[in-house]
Amino acid sequence: MSEQSSTGSAGTERPGLIDAVPVRHPWRWVAVAVIAVLVAMLVNLLVRNPAWNWPFVLEAMNQTPVIRGLFFGTLLCTALGMAFGVAGGVLLAVMRLSDNPVLRGVAWVYTWFFRAVPRYVLLVTLGAIGVLFPDGISLGVPFDWVIIDALGLQGDWRFLTLDANQLFTGLFGAVFGLAASEAAYMAEIARSGILSVDRGQTEAAQALGMPRRLTMRRIVLPQAMRVILPPTGNELVAMLKDTSLLVGIPLTIEMFFQLQSIGSRTYQTFPVLVAATLYYLIITSVLMAGQAWLERRFGRGVRA
Amino acid sequence: MSEQQPLVRAVNVIKDFGATRVLHGIDLEVHRGEVVCLLGPSGSGKTTFLRLINQLESLTGGRIWVDGELIGFEERRGRLHVRKDADIARQRSRIGMVFQRFNLFPHMTALENVVEAPVHVRGVRPSRAREEARRLLDLVGLAERADFYPSQLSGGQQQRVAIARALAMEPELMLFDEPTSALDPELVGEVLAVMRDLARDGMTMVVVTHEMSFAREVADRVVFMDAGVVVEEGAPEQVLRRPRHERTQAFLARVRREEQAAEERISAELEQLGE
Repeated sequence: MSEQSSTGSAGTERPGLIDAVPVRHPWRWVAVAVIAVLVAMLVNLLVRNPAWNWPFVLEAMNQTPVIRGLFFGTLLCTALGMAFGVAGGVLLAVMRLSDNPVLRGVAWVYTWFFRAVPRYVLLVTLGAIGVLFPDGISLGVPFDWVIIDALGLQGDWRFLTLDANQLFTGLFGAVFGLAASEAAYMAEIARSGILSVDRGQTEAAQALGMPRRLTMRRIVLPQAMRVILPPTGNELVAMLKDTSLLVGIPLTIEMFFQLQSIGSRTYQTFPVLVAATLYYLIITSVLMAGQAWLERRFGRGVRA
Repeated sequence: MSEQQPLVRAVNVIKDFGATRVLHGIDLEVHRGEVVCLLGPSGSGKTTFLRLINQLESLTGGRIWVDGELIGFEERRGRLHVRKDADIARQRSRIGMVFQRFNLFPHMTALENVVEAPVHVRGVRPSRAREEARRLLDLVGLAERADFYPSQLSGGQQQRVAIARALAMEPELMLFDEPTSALDPELVGEVLAVMRDLARDGMTMVVVTHEMSFAREVADRVVFMDAGVVVEEGAPEQVLRRPRHERTQAFLARVRREEQAAEERISAELEQLGE
């Protein structure tokens, strides 16, 4: 030991605490300077340019139709569209992984179709789908007219008839369209999550006598959530923004549509866009915080 | 009658994976309270046979009965019918299984792992199940680790939780699939000790293992398999000390050589450290 420490100057003294000169980073300071100038320009633009019309932005954000649109068209449609989308997606994923070839095929065709159709096109089409059902959509025995004809009877076997135009425009159509499209994307996310869980987990659960469905619900899905959650967070944010497409249905109790109509009525087209941007920023920030919390919860036992 | 009836009876068990036949007609009986060790080189089919008993693989041919009940199939009017999922689950619930890689549920604490199946499969009251789980964790020496997640436990501790988890279903048969093969050498002993206790308490056990000393000490019977057939079986004394079959002799000699080589390596390393 004593021979090895002779690299120092004194030879008898053992090396002490480190006090070294750090590596200099001159380019970092250049970058800081450039960014500082850009930020100053931005602040200048925000404060001095009258076209922002900040008072009008705040006023527009405070209008009752805008706030109503925010809660119904934007937030409620996001929540419901996502809830049904996730449920449908998990169902489709389980179908895709099932032993039953018919279920596998149906899930594949569904995903193929709804991933191919752009959301806006889907929503506009839903709004116009009433053309297909001029007599409305009925609940009852399928092909009842064929059966009734064959039996030589009169009348129909329908219990409830809905107007397709009313059904698929408005809130129901909006949630239906968003959820149907979302399910196709969620199916792929859920499938990759389920496949990420080690086979040994299923085997261990089966060996304990857990039936297939219980194994999926108690063992596989909770672990798949860790893989499913981060991309689902992205989907949620995307869904939030896609509510601005609901005008295609058309759904008018929606925040962006309401802000735009204020803009065109008052000729203040730019400030209402700023107002919309601010709302989307605020909601997205809240969603991100929620996602972080969820990811911690389903990460139990992994990073612990 | 049920006293004489073997708990496990396997007759002419055949298993194919695709075009490859890995089991060529295995016959085996395990009686109540008996500990049977399956030995043999890797690829000899011992793990596959164990998994067939618990229906983690499906039979290609032959029959397996556990407690007189045909596993995986039902015989009705002279034809075999595949059992329904729920029925298979019921059959599995009476057989405990311990895996090489533990397969604890990582999103649950040790206690939750043990409680899971009794509560959700057998419908035991949660408070009652937790009480029983604590007793079982105490039995495997992990009472104070009940609230730890698997990732916070050593391999040996995880495997002991896995044993407690299997015992919580009050199985009449325990299957062990190389329970110590994934463990660091210094952790093997604690798992074998738990298994030794279980055997002493009269549990019926089928153990696939490479631990010769465990087989010698604990097993009532040793079955040596190679290339998908049972080569020789009998009392551990006889099979391990005076093997009759050439293949058994070759296998045991190789195991002994490997053990010796490991010992020499360790002593050589110790010497180097000493210098």
